[in-house]
Amino acid sequence: MSSLIALSAAQAVAAVRSGELDAAELFEAYRARAGADELNAYVWVAERAPATAGGPLAGVPLAVKDLFCTEGVPSQSGSRILEGYRPPYDATVVARLAAAGAPLLGKTNQDEFAMGSSTENSGFGPVRNPWDRTRVPGGSSGGSAAAVAARSAPWALGTDTGGSIRQPAALCGIVGLKPTYGAVSRYGMIAFASSLDQAGPLTRDVTDAALLFGQMVGPRDPCDSTSLEYPGAIERPTREDLAGLRLGVPAELTGEGIEPGVLEAFEATLELARTLGASVEPCALPHARHALAAYYLIAPAEASSNLARFDGVRYGYRASGAEDLLTMYTRTRHDGFGAEVKRRIMLGTYALSSGYYDAYYGRAQRVRTKIAEDFATAFERFDLIVTPTAPSVAFPLGSKTADPVAMYLNDFCTVPMSLAGIPAISIPCALATAPEGGPPLPVGFQLAGPPFSENLLLGAAFALERALGFDGSRAAEGGS
Amino acid sequence: MSVVELEPVIGLEIHVQLATATKMFCGCALSFGEPPNTRTCAVCLGLPGALPVVNERAIHYGLMIGMALGSQLAPRSIFHRKNYFYPDLPKGYQISQYDEPLCVGGELAGVRIHRVHLEEDAAKLIHLGASGRIHGSELSVVDFNRGGTPLVEIVTEPDLHSPAQAREWLELLRATLRALGVSDVNMDEGSLRADANVSLRPAGSDTLGTKTELKNMNSFRYLERGVAAEIERQRAIIDGGGEVEQETFHFDPSSGALTALRSKEDAQDYRYFPEPDLVPIATTEAMLAAARAAMPELPSARAQRLARECGLSAERAHQLAFHVELGDLFERALAADPAHPRRLADWITGELVARLGEREPVQTRLEPAALAALVALVADGTITTAAGREVLDALLAEGGDPAAIVAERGLQALADEDGLAEIVARAIAADPDAAEQVRSGNAKAIGALIGPIMRETRGRADGGELTRLIHAALGIAEER
Repeated sequence: MSSLIALSAAQAVAAVRSGELDAAELFEAYRARAGADELNAYVWVAERAPATAGGPLAGVPLAVKDLFCTEGVPSQSGSRILEGYRPPYDATVVARLAAAGAPLLGKTNQDEFAMGSSTENSGFGPVRNPWDRTRVPGGSSGGSAAAVAARSAPWALGTDTGGSIRQPAALCGIVGLKPTYGAVSRYGMIAFASSLDQAGPLTRDVTDAALLFGQMVGPRDPCDSTSLEYPGAIERPTREDLAGLRLGVPAELTGEGIEPGVLEAFEATLELARTLGASVEPCALPHARHALAAYYLIAPAEASSNLARFDGVRYGYRASGAEDLLTMYTRTRHDGFGAEVKRRIMLGTYALSSGYYDAYYGRAQRVRTKIAEDFATAFERFDLIVTPTAPSVAFPLGSKTADPVAMYLNDFCTVPMSLAGIPAISIPCALATAPEGGPPLPVGFQLAGPPFSENLLLGAAFALERALGFDGSRAAEGGS
Repeated sequence: MSVVELEPVIGLEIHVQLATATKMFCGCALSFGEPPNTRTCAVCLGLPGALPVVNERAIHYGLMIGMALGSQLAPRSIFHRKNYFYPDLPKGYQISQYDEPLCVGGELAGVRIHRVHLEEDAAKLIHLGASGRIHGSELSVVDFNRGGTPLVEIVTEPDLHSPAQAREWLELLRATLRALGVSDVNMDEGSLRADANVSLRPAGSDTLGTKTELKNMNSFRYLERGVAAEIERQRAIIDGGGEVEQETFHFDPSSGALTALRSKEDAQDYRYFPEPDLVPIATTEAMLAAARAAMPELPSARAQRLARECGLSAERAHQLAFHVELGDLFERALAADPAHPRRLADWITGELVARLGEREPVQTRLEPAALAALVALVADGTITTAAGREVLDALLAEGGDPAAIVAERGLQALADEDGLAEIVARAIAADPDAAEQVRSGNAKAIGALIGPIMRETRGRADGGELTRLIHAALGIAEER
């Protein structure tokens, strides 16, 4: 691996700014790696570097999840129904990062409309995990996670609705941050579930995550009514210990259903946190066990409405030969959407139906409020809540595609934070093997904090990262 | 015939396009006949990733309407999504308000208001082909210029009881909205559209019968005729022993026919749920103060003022105040010559209205000052009422100065010295029977004498003066 590629994004920024490294050369090196990618992580790769004006990110290229609108560049949200669709505008966050000096390297593969936990639901084929190509990278931001882990991108943008940044980051051995809901503009993100979707960074380390995230936030976006001005700046993390930090461990998310190897790695990391000065105590999130059920009503309900615009009338795929409007609609959506998307549209349509609304969508919203209250109560006693990010290490391709509920359980530890709208970060903490055997694979450690506590989260994650000394570079060599 | 007398019960749903500069949820300028699809953007085309932002001016106008109707202005209101598929609805849902509207309750001229809410207009479908209608068209295309235009929907309680009353009330509402300056309120152009809910019940009953809905009647006349036709249709069903079914109809004004659009069985489930892309509208004191400050004199207040200041009867004042264009003409003419307010009001509501038909005064050549001058000429006896009518015709058709028209056409009233007594004597000689009847006390018979004189003088003789001369010639004492 060339020394250029070995640099973290923050190191590359520093090297470009000090004149040791040429940004165009860096772009070309990554462009070549992305173009030669064998993981199916990319759905589009830039042909040349755009003229950049330096900026705080100094021209270090950025891989962007397919669902972000990029002007004149395919933005398909992993769906055949949007095959070849090129938007006339850039998503706000893409425009902000480009203005800050992060040119678009490529668009990364994802589960269709971000619905999935393995990237096997992509309309453009599954992504493979760089640690073991017979396994999934997680999802839905699987292309972004695999690209960063395989060093075919310095860093990447993903989105997280119920775990879609954190879980693939965990399964690929990298860092993934899901910010506070509203911190990053959603304008130009092809929506899955509007009240949950949030863009965030997928990076090799915590410093890179802070650097990229710092350029994603700022003044509120006038084009996104739900966006908020970020209070203060994102600092470069420097914390060396966890002295005085109170970590809460919710029993509800750290017991049943978690693979023994993952649990062992999690507990070892808790022990390390203690040695760094943190207190670690059990905490209660009594409604967290209902989170997955509430999530799988709220997210599909919003999705069933968000995806209604894909009707074949104005853009994207349209079935040919229909004699009337209804046939055109049904054939277009039958052919254009994949099975999981159709499953969730049906779930969501049902949940919102007259006579069922209160029992499903209404009740799910009440559970959501309870979960947010649980966290608020917990944060009166604890600074951060910690859990394993995902209940398992990367699983073999195809092993869960026939069982939607088994697939949904991947989000067990990440969905509560999404429902509460609070920030959470996943960092790699160890390698572990699956119960049925196989190679050692990365395990993610999740830290969650109150709204707008990203500086605290990044600081704690940085201290842990230093102490853990996880080496993610093996993935770039093709795994074991 | 009915055994029991049946009473119509009518409620109206009125859609008002607001005269804001830009659309409800994006920055596109409103369209006034521009080439198709030239007033569009990512938001109002429903492109992937685009998000709505509420037009503050539309909320301001909505609050003004609520104030004018005496509604309760909600301190907090929210938008909902109304989901259905149609090519004129680019997102697959309309952003509207549902159970938490901007304004609740109210009353105008004895008709209770149920609610007032904000929403967005649909785009316009154009059916190409010989018929211009959907059936038999070869191709349907969509013009999105109108899509996203701000709409206020005003829903009344079922407090109207005849087609004429419904029409009159809608005219009052239009005058009120016009005075507010929040809309062009032009039914021809669709900036004011009315649906009517119609049912029948035994007179005196306080239960409601099964209602039907008449969609989109685009003139006051069609509203009156459509509702009358629907009442007759329902009456025939009930008289025949049948039951009215809940249906939606289109009224075709050219044939007078009612066409069923859909029945209760195909009622759509709109799957309303709170719009997650928007935050609630919090109506602040500042917003209320701004709306209050912008409130103009409303028609009811204007009617009271005209009655008080100009000595008009309540009926005249009402006629002028609730027909804004007539009220404006009255006040402008009065400014030119304040001498004869009651005569001026009579001329406007009588002679002028009879001549305007569907036109408004500003669509003729008549100037307010010229009307005032005409009324003055009649008032001081320079010309007769009949001659005044001729002058008015000329003013409407060609404009000009009444005094000049009188001089040019020789319309001055005839006086004694013009040989009027001689003409009277000739008329009495020509019809001795009539003269005898007048003399014997049949006052009405005088018409037979006056008619020929008017013909001979082309209306220049004053009727009162003629009566006096005839009575004098026949030796009848004047009653005083």
